[in-house]
Amino acid sequence: MIPADLKYTQSHEWVSLSGDVATMGITDYAQSQLGDITYVELPAPGKQTTAGEAVAVVESVKAASDIYAPAAGEVSEVNESLEGSPEHINNDPYKEGWLLKISGVQPSDIDALMTADQYEKFLEVGAD
Amino acid sequence: MKRTPIAQVHEEAGARMVDFSGWYLPVQYSGILAEHAAVREGCGIFDTCHMGRLVIQGEKAAAFISSTLTVDAQAMQDGQCRYGFMLNENAGIIDDLIVYRRAGDRFMVVVNSATHDKDISHLKSRLPAGITIEDIGPATAKIDVQGPSSPHIIGHALNKDLSELRYFRFTTLDHDGQPATVSRTGYTGETGFEIYLPAEKAASLWSDLIDAGALPCGLGARDTLRLEAGLPLYGHELTEEADPVAAGMMRYIDLSRDFLGADALRVKAGTVPSHKLTPFRIEGRQAARHGNRAVINGEEIGWVTSGSFAPTLGYSIGFAYIDPSRLGNTETFGIDNGRKILNASITQSPFYRKKRKAEG
Repeated sequence: MIPADLKYTQSHEWVSLSGDVATMGITDYAQSQLGDITYVELPAPGKQTTAGEAVAVVESVKAASDIYAPAAGEVSEVNESLEGSPEHINNDPYKEGWLLKISGVQPSDIDALMTADQYEKFLEVGAD
Repeated sequence: MKRTPIAQVHEEAGARMVDFSGWYLPVQYSGILAEHAAVREGCGIFDTCHMGRLVIQGEKAAAFISSTLTVDAQAMQDGQCRYGFMLNENAGIIDDLIVYRRAGDRFMVVVNSATHDKDISHLKSRLPAGITIEDIGPATAKIDVQGPSSPHIIGHALNKDLSELRYFRFTTLDHDGQPATVSRTGYTGETGFEIYLPAEKAASLWSDLIDAGALPCGLGARDTLRLEAGLPLYGHELTEEADPVAAGMMRYIDLSRDFLGADALRVKAGTVPSHKLTPFRIEGRQAARHGNRAVINGEEIGWVTSGSFAPTLGYSIGFAYIDPSRLGNTETFGIDNGRKILNASITQSPFYRKKRKAEG
């Protein structure tokens, strides 16, 4: 299921915007492709982000994958529960498995991302 | 890609399939962690039809194997298996393998899939008259049944009590009118069996094992299980550039015997290797990966051959070839994963040992 109220990147992150704070995680499709997640490397709060640049790393049993920031801003909070329970990402990618928040985001950067309908079509035509 | 006799069953079950050295095999069914746990606590099954199976037979086949491999086939009893190596003249490891003595001068040798062709070429280049090598892989199948409840599960599926079969022994029994060979061996560090049977019987036995309570597993869990058990993987810990001294495998080899590579190995056994296979652990869950550099003060001292989060242990483990002269007396080193330096400390292998009560 792809939640209708979120925005999506081509690299399979989801984003929700509240004021100028973006909360992000990885999509259900992404977690199912990665398989069991065993470790998450999160940035220190205060880190400046650039749209399309790696901001975190998610490790599954088989591989490590970069997670990309959807917009420029500053990391304001990270999901510390993932340190001991990275499986939240597999079990509940859109809620308990959120990764981090970025503040000072330009809303237009988030508006430019895919809607749920667009992301669903993007997956159908064959995502990498 | 080559398909195993069980490939269609994997597809229909929705397993995630990958290309593994030219074979179309499941990397995971329900998930690597669930499959790993099933083998540690219950029973998991693996399609290992990609493993090569060669029958070597003829007068003096035992002498041929004993002089070509590190396994002293002449000292084996019928119904016994032994683990060993195929070495080149420099004691480089061409392959690791298991020799089964079926009867007298009739043997089965089980080899890795990626090395299958070069193994056959090597054996044939040394083959005396009167001895034949037959590749029975295409006509047969191999299924591994692993975990503390595997004696019960296999007993149910094969309708035969095999709980008394000793470690590294095998037996041949009748399964549905066809011969099936079952050995008390495996690649998980757990009580378990490997079954060899005619290819056309494999899919139905696979289903029977699941009906008896086994969880189907893929190559992902097979890799984490073998790594926790400290078992080497060809192409990672074992290569032609490595030798049994550097790889820490001398406990499997009798150097008082003569076999191809023995002279070079005796020389190596008396010297310190340039790099020695070293088991390490990392505090926390972040894993080192194959190919990562091992470093001390920014200088390279070796490389990682395998690394993973260890599900049973709750922290990360791995093997690395480390230059002993650069290590000195320290028990710790860094691993550069490309983003940061992980803190590794030398530990003991096997990383995990099965609970004794699990032994049937």
